[in-house]
Amino acid sequence: MNATATNAKPVTILQAINSALADAMAEDETVLVLGEDVADPEEGGVVGVTKGLSTRFGDHRVRSTPISEQAIIGAAIGASLVGFRPVAEIMLMNFTTVAMDMIVNHAAKLRFMSGGQTHVPIVIRTMTGTGFASGGQHCDYLEAWFAHTAGMKVVAPSNPADAYGLMRAAILDPDPVLYIENLPSYWTPGEAPPTGFVVPLGKARVAKEGTDITIVSYSRVLTEVLGAVEAMEAAGVSAEVIDLRTISPWDKETVFASVAKTGRCLIAHEAVTQFGVGAEIAATLQAEFFGQLKAPVGRLGAPYAPVPFSKPLEAAYAPTAARIAEVAIALTKDH
Amino acid sequence: MTSTYAPDRTTLFGIYKRVALLKANDERSRKVIMTGRLVMPYYSYRGQEVIPAAMATALTDDDYWVTIYRGIHDMLAKGMPLNDLWAEIAGRVDGTCKGKGGPMHLTYPEKGIMVTTGIVGSSMPIANGIAWGSQLKGNNRVTVATFGDGATNIGAFHESLNLASVWKLPVIFLCQNNLYSEHTTYEKATAAKRVADRAAAYNMPGVRVNGNDPVEMYAAAREAVDRARAGDGPTLIEAMTFRFYGHVFGDADAYMDKGQKQAAMDADPVPLFRARLIAEGIATEAELVAIEAEIETRIDTAVEFALASAFPDLGELTRDVYAEGEVA
Repeated sequence: MNATATNAKPVTILQAINSALADAMAEDETVLVLGEDVADPEEGGVVGVTKGLSTRFGDHRVRSTPISEQAIIGAAIGASLVGFRPVAEIMLMNFTTVAMDMIVNHAAKLRFMSGGQTHVPIVIRTMTGTGFASGGQHCDYLEAWFAHTAGMKVVAPSNPADAYGLMRAAILDPDPVLYIENLPSYWTPGEAPPTGFVVPLGKARVAKEGTDITIVSYSRVLTEVLGAVEAMEAAGVSAEVIDLRTISPWDKETVFASVAKTGRCLIAHEAVTQFGVGAEIAATLQAEFFGQLKAPVGRLGAPYAPVPFSKPLEAAYAPTAARIAEVAIALTKDH
Repeated sequence: MTSTYAPDRTTLFGIYKRVALLKANDERSRKVIMTGRLVMPYYSYRGQEVIPAAMATALTDDDYWVTIYRGIHDMLAKGMPLNDLWAEIAGRVDGTCKGKGGPMHLTYPEKGIMVTTGIVGSSMPIANGIAWGSQLKGNNRVTVATFGDGATNIGAFHESLNLASVWKLPVIFLCQNNLYSEHTTYEKATAAKRVADRAAAYNMPGVRVNGNDPVEMYAAAREAVDRARAGDGPTLIEAMTFRFYGHVFGDADAYMDKGQKQAAMDADPVPLFRARLIAEGIATEAELVAIEAEIETRIDTAVEFALASAFPDLGELTRDVYAEGEVA
């Protein structure tokens, strides 16, 4: 599903998320926002994603919280059990570690453990991403942990229209959704989606068609993949690019259709490669396409190390367009 | 305790009826496990019955409760039906959670029993959220979170009390202080002399009561309920009690002081309460015998109902992970 622009003026991912929250709150009074600094007296969050919401909807619906991650997610879970649709912000993805009990043991499992009597329609917004010299504890991608947790859904937009559409879908969804925002991409401009635009969860997008290799990615690395495509074309390699958009449950149908066509696949993400999302997709593809693949499924992520501070080390950490092109071309030439 | 909130004779009798049910149900649970009819992890609450019985009597059906793995007394007090309870702890399809929750994860929203958690300290953050919902709806419902003394050393306890106080949430933090955190004594695990003292750090009333005394416990519960309903925010109640058996039923409980345990069992709150009803002319021996016999019959029925119920079909393995039709 592609956005049909009704507004020629481009918007950033940050503005798109803000609009999605505002539109959802305007349409449905059960939608709440809570988190550290999210209300306007606290400047609508550290980068202003929730700016204007408390002024417009009141501080009963948009609540700044203490720095208490367990209390934030617990409050969201409890409110969701009695009919609300809270959007809870955990400022940075590394801080989800402090609230893992609430997320993994409670939000993800209450539907199952109650035999379907209760459910937890919450959205957990969180941001992360290298590039700001934040070092080891402020910019990890930890999506695999949550994708591995039965009951959680995980989404990661790569452009403003999807950021809007996935947020609207996440708020409407009856189950807990982790919504991963990328800090270096907040100011990336793109087509403005129309009000009410929804990107269904679990549906990937073919960002570019191609014939020689499928590259699956999401979030900021998708931008790097699109950058790699040009260099690949110069080398005579045509790549089909799939933006996963929803990491769990992932869109096997779209990925399978592409790999059936190209016979090759590379999965690129910012998280550490070992035990990452790429491993799940690669294993699934080898089971599905054993004997048909023209090359082993490739994975490209960060090295098995925490995010470094020093600038050249940090720059070498996440996959870049150049590195993606190099690995993808090798997969088409060496086999 | 002030007399403002003292239970009248009818209320006191009502509390006893709940207490008698809880005691009989615990005794039956241990018996059913020991005779091998059911296999389950069981966290006996024997000795702690008065606390939830008095708390539940101070609430309405509409009020909410979030409890923990040692919480079957809380649920029965709040009104979970015996058949549904027993079928659930037997892992059967007629259980409140289709057998998928079990004794540590019981849910029964119809009576306000929203979550039972197996994680120490996790009842409180979720109770806050439910109470926040009531505050937003203005529906006057109160939420109770129960937990043991060990939970007051978990970060979630401190985060929750702080948030509840800042937001003035209609929530009651009810600590059932049975003097043991799993196998470790209160003194070894808890720096505060009294759990109730911790409330001061969060600018909320903290009261310590004899949780085994129905009059004292009910008064504290009523006062906290009224305060929450009036919009005056949370209360921490530290109800002193004693757990007669080990952490999980069947453990050796060698870590428990034998003299302390014997003294607590000699002061069993249930027969004391029973004798009090007769002494004060609230009930006759014959009335109590009839009530207790009826409870035994109801439990007989529930146990047989549970054991006759089918196990869930294997399709339940992957059902309720997401909403129906949203299986990954």
